[in-house]
Amino acid sequence: PPTLSATRPGVSPRPLGHSPAPLGRSPLPTSAIPPRGGRRPRLHGNAGHAPPPSLPPPRSARHRPGGAPSWLRHHAATPSPWLRPTPSERGRSGDGGGGWAAGVPGGWPRGRVPGAAPSPRRMYRKEKSIQLKSSSAALYNNLSVLRLPGRQLACFGTVHGPSVNLVSAAADGLGFSHRQLQAKEGGMAVSTSILTQAAWCVLPSRVLLVLTSQKGIQMYESDGSIMVYWHALDVTEHPPGQAVFARGIAAAGGRFICVGTSSGLVLVFDIPHKGTNITVSEVLEQHHDAITDIAAELGRAPDGAGDLVTADDSGTLCVWSTGEEFTLLSKIPAFGCTCSSVKLWNGVVAAGYGNGQIRLYEAATGLLRAEVNAHARWIYALDLAPETGKLLSGAEDSFVHVWKLSRNPETNDVEVEHCHAECVTDTQVCGVRFCDPEGHSFAVTGYDLSEIIRYGQA
Amino acid sequence: MSVRTLPLLFLNLGGEMLYILDQRLRAQSIPGEKARKDEWTDVDRKRVMNDIITTMFNKKFMEELFKPQELYSKKALRTVYDRLAHASIMRLNQASMDKLYDLMTMAFKYQVLLCPRPKDILLVTFNHLDAIKDFIQDAPGILNQVDETFRQLIETYTSLSAGEFQLIRQTLLIFFQDMHIRVSIFLKDKVQNSNGRFVLPISGPVPWGTEVPGLIRMFNHNGDEVKRTEFTTDGNYVTPQREGSFDLYGDRVLKLGTNMYSVSRPVETHMSGSSKNLASHTKENIVPNPLAKEELNFLARLLGGLENKTPGGSETGFRLNLFTTDEEEEHAALSRPEELSYKVVTIEATQEPGRREELSRILGEMEVAEPRPASSGKGEDLLALMDGL
Repeated sequence: PPTLSATRPGVSPRPLGHSPAPLGRSPLPTSAIPPRGGRRPRLHGNAGHAPPPSLPPPRSARHRPGGAPSWLRHHAATPSPWLRPTPSERGRSGDGGGGWAAGVPGGWPRGRVPGAAPSPRRMYRKEKSIQLKSSSAALYNNLSVLRLPGRQLACFGTVHGPSVNLVSAAADGLGFSHRQLQAKEGGMAVSTSILTQAAWCVLPSRVLLVLTSQKGIQMYESDGSIMVYWHALDVTEHPPGQAVFARGIAAAGGRFICVGTSSGLVLVFDIPHKGTNITVSEVLEQHHDAITDIAAELGRAPDGAGDLVTADDSGTLCVWSTGEEFTLLSKIPAFGCTCSSVKLWNGVVAAGYGNGQIRLYEAATGLLRAEVNAHARWIYALDLAPETGKLLSGAEDSFVHVWKLSRNPETNDVEVEHCHAECVTDTQVCGVRFCDPEGHSFAVTGYDLSEIIRYGQA
Repeated sequence: MSVRTLPLLFLNLGGEMLYILDQRLRAQSIPGEKARKDEWTDVDRKRVMNDIITTMFNKKFMEELFKPQELYSKKALRTVYDRLAHASIMRLNQASMDKLYDLMTMAFKYQVLLCPRPKDILLVTFNHLDAIKDFIQDAPGILNQVDETFRQLIETYTSLSAGEFQLIRQTLLIFFQDMHIRVSIFLKDKVQNSNGRFVLPISGPVPWGTEVPGLIRMFNHNGDEVKRTEFTTDGNYVTPQREGSFDLYGDRVLKLGTNMYSVSRPVETHMSGSSKNLASHTKENIVPNPLAKEELNFLARLLGGLENKTPGGSETGFRLNLFTTDEEEEHAALSRPEELSYKVVTIEATQEPGRREELSRILGEMEVAEPRPASSGKGEDLLALMDGL
């Protein structure tokens, strides 16, 4: 797969981010989203070069809820570079100039060199975003996706303060339904507790939506309609001066849901096929720092490789084998950086760290297999597509990268290559997820962003 | 979430407030001989700065501040700054106070967002404190208080892990979520977009401890490096030169948190088209926090405001306007969008010359002799302290 064009020297570059329409193919579909402030998009047709636009006037009309359905609203976030066409692209981009001009930050006057050569063919292109009722919080792994292939639906979830945004999107991109759930205390009172994470846990018999907060752990039916279980955190377990919260959610062993706490405990919940009789089956006590993320084996584990990995604030990773009793198989020591996100695939642990590195380890032995200087700032989320071994990473540096993991059949060495990069302009990415098991499409959200940006095959 | 966030929030916002007030006071000051009775002089300015800084670094207040606790609500915190701004002969109308608070919060939001490492928030705080010490260099008594706080910061924070700092940062970002007020000095410097969002550069030095992105190394089962590849992106990063100092004195290296205002650069905000998701703003005010009232009263009293018994409130102080003209200020007050109102109860505070004595009196009364009942929680402590007032 081609890598991106090299950095142009002497310029503080911005990614072009447009998706090319190779000759012979139809141009990008015209976006149905009307721009703000009542300005209509100017469709250029094949006019060729157009002069760079002047700075748009500040928007006077502010977006208000109600009125047009959410998917029709022009998103308020800084438009991604996809909406910022180069002069040579203007002719092909269906969105024209008017669509992107509304509220675009600085654009050309920021000292960019317009008219640069178009990028080589890219793997992904931006698709229609999904609007959220509220913006996403800057918390690790703050995007969860549930695919319901039978019903042609995908559900997305991000947390914001005491509530979680749930959006169901139809595959044809035409229907959206929203729901917001609140963090609760044990009783009926609505608490001021902040949610740290929301994730769907897919088990063979059922799917549960799990929310972690400063007060405890809530489990709902997958559509968020009914709460089936509530577990309050034991505040006395935590020394004073230490934050109290739950964080890190994963379904494991076809039967359990594991959730981490800020004191380093991992609670293992035994989930019955149906009903609310959920119990704590075990408490794992190998971590001494707040749990950041938990991941179950997504592919097929080789012998002795375990099927669960837990990560904490210090950067320590523990590999477990699940069952009636969980067994610790190996402990991968920290190297001074927080591990904020972790994935496990075919016996390979992929871990994202606060120094922007992604590291790959053998789950069975803890051996370091690859070190990637992936991001310029703290990594916030990883995801993995089990059918292809594609790895997705998102960080505070505004970048989202797609990587490909593989194993050399002769040497058994783990290989990783870079496939694709996206820059979500002026956004600190806090959640990334593949939307299908092959990794043909993925979704991204960021701090203060009231939308989920989607990318599909180019 | 993190229970160690409040001191950093308070000190940095306070620092920004002082930068802005200093700039406005200088801009509006008149040379001493020429000044009329109601105009600012340099002497007045120094007095205001000293008064505010003294109140801000009050020992009792700092002690309370540094106790592990959740962040205050936006309303509670805003009231604290209202009190603080009125700790001297200076008076601010509601509109000017609103504008001041907008500027302070957007500036610190910017600094938190752009900090390369979460730990660098501490360097930002030190930058503010260094500048505060500059403001009061001819007042050694207050200097001591500030140094004391400096030391307490070092003691509390330098041992925290990177993960704990990130939690502090995340807690601050939650506090600042959905705030997109446009500040003209940011717009001019191109650090803020016209939609109120900050520009996040993808070039420059990487944080200390991070490598420039690009290199991929792969190892065999013996741990030997067997393959090395590179990837490129549109980012343009370089290695940083050195790390900032976390000592009492030193080069902080980081520029975030230093004074970006000067007399010639006006401080304006644009009210139209600010934060989009105001639903989340107001939601916070609806949910009642049983302790909020106590926090409000306790801190507000500590800064000597609520219990003022003197009637009438005659305007004997000097009024500072954060706008260019009085008409502008009036207009701003009338046209401020409802959803951006801080809903702060305006208190008619007077400005007696003996203000400082008032504060000491209140503080003196707080040195309660009777033994307090064993507290079962934060609320108990506060109530007990209040009973002693």
